[in-house]
Amino acid sequence: MKTAEKSIARRKSLDALFAIIGLLAMLVGLVTLLALLMDLALDGAGRLSWQFFTSYPSRFASQAGILSAWVGTTLVMLVTALTAVPLGVAAGVYLEEYAPKNWLTALIEINIANLAGVPSIVYGLMALGLFVYQFRLGQSILTAGLTLALLILPIVIVATRESIRAVPGSIREAAYALGATKWQTVKDHVLPYSTGGILTGVIIALSRAIGETAPLITIGALTFIAFLPNPPITSAFPFLSFEWLISPFTVMPIQMFNWVSRPQREFHLNAAAAGLVLMAMTLAMNGLAIYIRYRFRKRIKW
Amino acid sequence: MGTLPSSSFSTDPFDQAASTMAKHIPAAESDYSESRNLRTLIQSILSRWTLRRARERLIEFTMFLAAMSSIAVTLGIVGVLVFESLQFFAHVSIIEFLTDTQWTVLFVNPRYGIMPLVTGTLVTSGVALLVALPLGTVIAIYLSEYANHRLREMIKPSLELLSAVPTVVFGYFALLFVTPLLQKLLPDLPGFNMLSAGIVIGIMIIPYVSSLSEDAMKAVPVHIREGSYAMGATRLQTALRVIVPSAFSGIASAYVLGFSRAVGETMIVAVAAGTQPNLTLNPTEGAATITAFIVQVSLGDLPHGSIAYQSIFAAGLTLMLMTLAFNIAGYLLRKHYREIY
Repeated sequence: MKTAEKSIARRKSLDALFAIIGLLAMLVGLVTLLALLMDLALDGAGRLSWQFFTSYPSRFASQAGILSAWVGTTLVMLVTALTAVPLGVAAGVYLEEYAPKNWLTALIEINIANLAGVPSIVYGLMALGLFVYQFRLGQSILTAGLTLALLILPIVIVATRESIRAVPGSIREAAYALGATKWQTVKDHVLPYSTGGILTGVIIALSRAIGETAPLITIGALTFIAFLPNPPITSAFPFLSFEWLISPFTVMPIQMFNWVSRPQREFHLNAAAAGLVLMAMTLAMNGLAIYIRYRFRKRIKW
Repeated sequence: MGTLPSSSFSTDPFDQAASTMAKHIPAAESDYSESRNLRTLIQSILSRWTLRRARERLIEFTMFLAAMSSIAVTLGIVGVLVFESLQFFAHVSIIEFLTDTQWTVLFVNPRYGIMPLVTGTLVTSGVALLVALPLGTVIAIYLSEYANHRLREMIKPSLELLSAVPTVVFGYFALLFVTPLLQKLLPDLPGFNMLSAGIVIGIMIIPYVSSLSEDAMKAVPVHIREGSYAMGATRLQTALRVIVPSAFSGIASAYVLGFSRAVGETMIVAVAAGTQPNLTLNPTEGAATITAFIVQVSLGDLPHGSIAYQSIFAAGLTLMLMTLAFNIAGYLLRKHYREIY
């Protein structure tokens, strides 16, 4: 009897011990995140100023800024979003609403799952061989945008499929009963109901693309750019210019990498400041995604 | 092929009705003009139907092409890697590639042994897994078996932020925060070392491991859990002896995903582990990984078509094959341990 009681007491204390270990394990993750933010803020906050956002990189750390980097990031993200969203949403709609159950559909699905596991630098190698040298797009904003678009395509497809799957079948049947075609049903009913989920997925995917460095270094992005691409809007006819697409570029993470790999302490401070801006962008996008998911979840009640 | 699922022309009920109607309109009726009006009306309806169907088909085909683009991406990746690697292996024997202990592609007398890069990759990934697997598994067990709903809803999104941090920021953190910290414990630690890079990669992949493992544990039916409690087991005993074995196939895929992420991680190692190929299994030394080598070469201005240019594709192919091998191993492991309820 005594031994049984003892054994039960021991098991209970082990159980309680594990509860503490579990909390500690989560703390390791959260404390790291906090330490990272604190470290960046302590080092970089002093460099954040109007001058930092409006200056080109420079040999002198105190005069250097991120103008070409944030303009580059914005333009690359524009190309990425304009490519990945139509392609990913169309593919997701096809797989969820149209695709027959056959070997080809199965192949596409397995392929998308596998693509999500391919290291990002491999996409960079593919883009280097194919976009830069085969299609002769050069080491340009267009190449970079397309590369990142292909990288986030699986995320957009999966998010689209999940939110389309959440639309109840009765909605579709009601549309068919009124004589709508498949496309009319998808366009006017299924897609509007799943916009929230798709938008959330797209923003999460873009927030991942914004921090990607390796594939862009691989295609040969420059680390020192002291000019801006041609503006997309011109004063002369036809007022729109696409020359910026083939312009050389740099982006925020590459600028940060460039500064962090220099030995001087002053450049490390610049890197921290660039890191702060980058973190603010990513966290803001993630926060926006969470907010949109919350809003749409509240609005739609089946 | 049977790839396009839309109903064929003849089986469509609208079509059948329309063609039956069209057949039953006699060409020469007594009231000629009325019949002609009816014919034109039916013809206009028919042409509208045809137009509508053509548009539907066109839209469907466009979407099909979008779905096929993912296959094109895979073909592009495999094609480019294999094509450039073949050119590389036309100059470098595959035996030298696999057995030489030096990787000095950019030197005057280059040597092409992939081994130092592979050990660098394996050591950083090994350290990362030593950090991520225990922590990730403990967190998954805690979230699935111990935590209440509110705590879980708070902890999960904050942990997932860890995988949203840009990797170059993690690289900065490893080089300028973790390494100085470790140097206080190990005074001989060099500024570039695989230990701190590995630890930071490990922390970065915790969310991948914990959230997939937790999903697998959550999927274990409640009655199995309750059976264990009814026998007088504590939560810990239930978790370790019942839940984890039942969810093993899902946990294994979480581990494989974690490994794939660690092997493919680039910026953390490029910033914090150094760019010097180094054949060693000692994590306190600095060494280049496969990915760090690709970054290092890409930063320089390499002429297209040179052996050094082709060598990054051979390195990339090696990386893909390593990931593939682990994924297949994980698949076999999962198949072996799969539990069906």
